[in-house]
Amino acid sequence: MNHIREAVVWLNDPLNWTNPGGILDRLGEHLTISALAVLLGCLVAWPIGLWLGHSGRGGGAVLLVSNVTLAVPTLALLTILPLTFLGFGRPAVVVALAVFAVPPLLANAYTGVRQADPEARDAARGMGLSGGQLLRRVELPLAVPYLAAGFRTAAVQVVATAALASFVNGGGLGQIIRAGFGLDIAAGGGQIIAGGVLVAGLALLVEAVLALVERVVTPRPLRRVRRVANWRAADATAGG
Amino acid sequence: MSLHLSYRAAPGNPWFSWQYVRDNSDTILAALRDHTWLTARAVLIAAVVALPLAVAAYWFRSLAGPVLAVTGVLYTIPSLALFAFLGPYLGIGALTVLSVVVLYALLVIVRNALAGLNQVPPEVREAAEGMGYGRWARLFRIELPLALPGILTGLRLATVSTVALVTVGVVVGRGGLGQLIFAGFQNNFYKAEIMTGTVLCVLLALVLDLVLAGVGRLLTPWLRRRPA
Repeated sequence: MNHIREAVVWLNDPLNWTNPGGILDRLGEHLTISALAVLLGCLVAWPIGLWLGHSGRGGGAVLLVSNVTLAVPTLALLTILPLTFLGFGRPAVVVALAVFAVPPLLANAYTGVRQADPEARDAARGMGLSGGQLLRRVELPLAVPYLAAGFRTAAVQVVATAALASFVNGGGLGQIIRAGFGLDIAAGGGQIIAGGVLVAGLALLVEAVLALVERVVTPRPLRRVRRVANWRAADATAGG
Repeated sequence: MSLHLSYRAAPGNPWFSWQYVRDNSDTILAALRDHTWLTARAVLIAAVVALPLAVAAYWFRSLAGPVLAVTGVLYTIPSLALFAFLGPYLGIGALTVLSVVVLYALLVIVRNALAGLNQVPPEVREAAEGMGYGRWARLFRIELPLALPGILTGLRLATVSTVALVTVGVVVGRGGLGQLIFAGFQNNFYKAEIMTGTVLCVLLALVLDLVLAGVGRLLTPWLRRRPA
């Protein structure tokens, strides 16, 4: 319990928040890295997922991607990517995190389009919509709950994984925990727990906010579907 | 000139080097053994705890909601934060790594086992009841066998993600193969060491997954497709 009191003391020291490399700096880094990674993941995964779902092919490939990324340790990607053309620094960290954002985004985009009511699709075809129009006007709106669910899963996962960027000195709130472990537990126990509270709190906050966003962007008649989508999203990803 | 020669004699920084693997086979094997052993213990402990939990949630519907909610929240908490919560109390070492990893594996197995149990068709359950099966006999002879595919999916997912998750244990100095990857990073990005650790990690996940898939096939002969 001693460590918890130390953690409270650590969190109550204003200098720990405002110092260079303090909580506010780290939080900024954490959010920037995560936002860029999720954005990159969306740019890559959504077009591919929507197109695969529209053409009805590649279901196996979608599954393969999520299984393979599950087996690759985050630490490995974080250390390997700086050695490639990406070079050292933020781009490598962002790409490494984006890799883990892709599976939920891809799987949900694919399922979202696939689950569109075949009758709605037939009706649209009968009205003379072309393939692209069908995707844009029928399948995409119907897939919105799934896209939102995938976005939420991916974002939470990226925010969680971004804590590991600290292993390669990539910044983020994880640095606080790492620095605490570096001090030795007797001295850094409070800081370690404080860092854990910050990292976990941020992840839960992002989850809560995005759950709200998801509810807002989902049209009322589709809200029942949304719950199913959440379950699928939760099942499609594991680890982090 | 001598500088030039020594540069050429040095192996540089290749992506893979047999020389490195040969010279460090002891370290590599120790890391692999540690990783495998941590994973095996974690999945085993998690399964032993998770299956009764899943059965309890299956029998008592009112438990299912809370169990799934708790697992959902725990799942959102980043692994490094869990290390941070447990590390100061459990100390630097295997116990902390094992606890964190068991928690995550637990969640995956509970969810999938419960899904598997819920998939048992109600007609089958009623038929068993009509044939005079009691609650326990029904569980062991009807429901658990029918839920095996779900349970095995849970075990496989848990195993694969555990293999990847153990590497985070470097934060307390017991990351198995992660230790190798991290040492490579600290040795000024020694590529051969990083790649050896990574490849072994992915291979370990693949092998364990295949083993579990094989066991699953043996345990569920009725699911094998009959030749047409």
